[in-house]
Amino acid sequence: MTVFYIPQDTTALALGADKVAEALLDAGSQRNQSIELVRNGSRGLFWLEPLLEVDTDRGRIAFGPVSAQDIACILDSLSTDPSSHPLYLGVVDDIPYLASQQRLTFARAGRGDPLSLENYIGLNGYQGLHNALQITDQQIVDQVRESGLRGRGGAAFPAGIKWQTVLDSPSDQKYIVCNADEGDSGTFADRLLMEADPYQLIEGITIAGLAVGATQGYIYLRSEYPLAHSLLNKAIAKARRAGYLGADIQGSGKTFNLEVRLGAGAYICGEETALLESLEGKRGVVRAKPPLPAVEGLFGKPTVVNNVLTLAAVCTVLEQGAEAYKDFGTGNSRGTLAIQLAGNIKRGGLIELAFGTTLREVVEDYGQGTYSGRPIRAIQVGGPLGAFMPESQWDTPLDYEAFTAVEAMLGHGGIVVFDDTVDMSEQAQFSMQFCAIESCGKCTPCRIGAVRGVEVIERIVANQDRDNNIILLRDLCDTMEYGSLCAMGGMTAYPVRSALDHFAEDFQRSGPDKAGDN
Amino acid sequence: MVKDNNNIDSTVLKSIVDQLKDLPGALLPILHAIQSEAGYIPDDSVPIIATALNLSRAEVHGVISFYHDFKTVPTGAHRVQICRAEACQSMGSRQLEAHAKRALAVEFGDTTADGRITLEAVYCLGNCACSPSVRIDDSIHGRVDQSGFDQLIADIEGGEG
Repeated sequence: MTVFYIPQDTTALALGADKVAEALLDAGSQRNQSIELVRNGSRGLFWLEPLLEVDTDRGRIAFGPVSAQDIACILDSLSTDPSSHPLYLGVVDDIPYLASQQRLTFARAGRGDPLSLENYIGLNGYQGLHNALQITDQQIVDQVRESGLRGRGGAAFPAGIKWQTVLDSPSDQKYIVCNADEGDSGTFADRLLMEADPYQLIEGITIAGLAVGATQGYIYLRSEYPLAHSLLNKAIAKARRAGYLGADIQGSGKTFNLEVRLGAGAYICGEETALLESLEGKRGVVRAKPPLPAVEGLFGKPTVVNNVLTLAAVCTVLEQGAEAYKDFGTGNSRGTLAIQLAGNIKRGGLIELAFGTTLREVVEDYGQGTYSGRPIRAIQVGGPLGAFMPESQWDTPLDYEAFTAVEAMLGHGGIVVFDDTVDMSEQAQFSMQFCAIESCGKCTPCRIGAVRGVEVIERIVANQDRDNNIILLRDLCDTMEYGSLCAMGGMTAYPVRSALDHFAEDFQRSGPDKAGDN
Repeated sequence: MVKDNNNIDSTVLKSIVDQLKDLPGALLPILHAIQSEAGYIPDDSVPIIATALNLSRAEVHGVISFYHDFKTVPTGAHRVQICRAEACQSMGSRQLEAHAKRALAVEFGDTTADGRITLEAVYCLGNCACSPSVRIDDSIHGRVDQSGFDQLIADIEGGEG
């Protein structure tokens, strides 16, 4: 019996993993070869998907990217010399892209069947919860605070301080809300985690519940992730049957219930207060703060709202201790960052590293340049509200403060690479257009400003009174930044301004301005 | 997969609403359930939902119209979504989008004349390392170029015989 692994992960499936699996099982039965196929999660080496792994006496070896036609040849090579096959990658853990990472949150990703609770527990799963059940709620919060863990959703607020506020807010009911509305382009770390290691998220949410005294949790998941939806629901049901959710968790007398709720295609619902409105069954309109959700959150009750990766990281903190987690990172950015390398890139994927690596190292060493083979021109970090960075900024280390210092944003860690065919005036206009489409409509600078922004950029590009319209656009960016209620309108200014500042020539393509003579 | 979208049985509608109405924040789960059954949210369902949740019809309508996912008219048998977000743009999704509109002879939000396909824009499918991405119903496809798109559409047609 030989054990094979082919991921069931959105990207692997998008590249044909099911056809490869089918071809493998067919070939096995034709050859009368006994094959066990595990549908694991993805390792996040997306440039190698579909990645086929095989257990051998030399360890788990890998081939990729594999198509259905390669199967016969790979099976032949296994009985002779696998390393002779052109798609042979060696022992999977030794692939440099993976071996050089510092995987904490994604240590289990791709090792086995994401729904196997036995597999999860065998790889130190539920150790964090076990430890949390031995200590007081305040001690759990202390551990999280001491670890230096900051919210991974984008705002980077210290998780321990948020938890302390909820713990200190007396209430008959409190909630844990997991923000799984991962809407930023170029990000897929939440999805990968939910598809490859869903129990880690469930465990982290449960620990949060114990820490602050909440008995009900919700995962607010975007509807664009149908596979994660189905896997999470199955994992929650299995965890409940095994006594990791529900009443009397592992004989502790503590209760915690968890439910997945589906979003409905609104980017703004990634903003925590809009998300809470949506969970309450309303339009996803942003709330004014204060009151903070930690004091008056879901249904007016004290609520922890954390991103998927923040809650998952809590498992590592509770399992290995605050100090061990804090040892990773730099300055006030502690622990590891899930970097998502995407867009026009040769080797895109998930790269988990301690904070502090430079953008250039990630894009050049891991990414190996563009997919198109052309020079890189601009890199957008942090999603649609993040700045476009020119080459002069690529040596910025990936840490929250260093990015803020160059008027950029690390956000959720998504990196989108553009080659030299990009027209940055089109990208700036898209940023405004996206804000116009996705604005919740509550505040004027965002709702109207974004529409006007699209129009002003159109005039600039068409060379209508260009100089004055550029002044107007910058003024509009300031109004949106300082006058909007949340980051949607407030940060749309960042990509637009960065395009104007660093790629000014793209706004001049129809010749020098003749009308604006001042 | 082809659904008769025009007449969702009102007893089915009522039973969906009855089953879900006691959930905290029940409106989105109810709307998802109705759309998954009927393919869209029929006008008739608004007063039923409003009564069950003690909301005004305007409030229910406001929620339906806020979210991109909820449709108020019947859609095609298949939903084809093209990602328009930045990672896909960096890999040529603007050209793919133009090609898809030409090939299907529709704009975003429209359904083909034969009622088979509704074409939609989407902003990120989480497949950003292998762009451009296209979602057809619940399956996502990566590195979709123009001929790849044509093949996916042909597979839909072929699949229906």
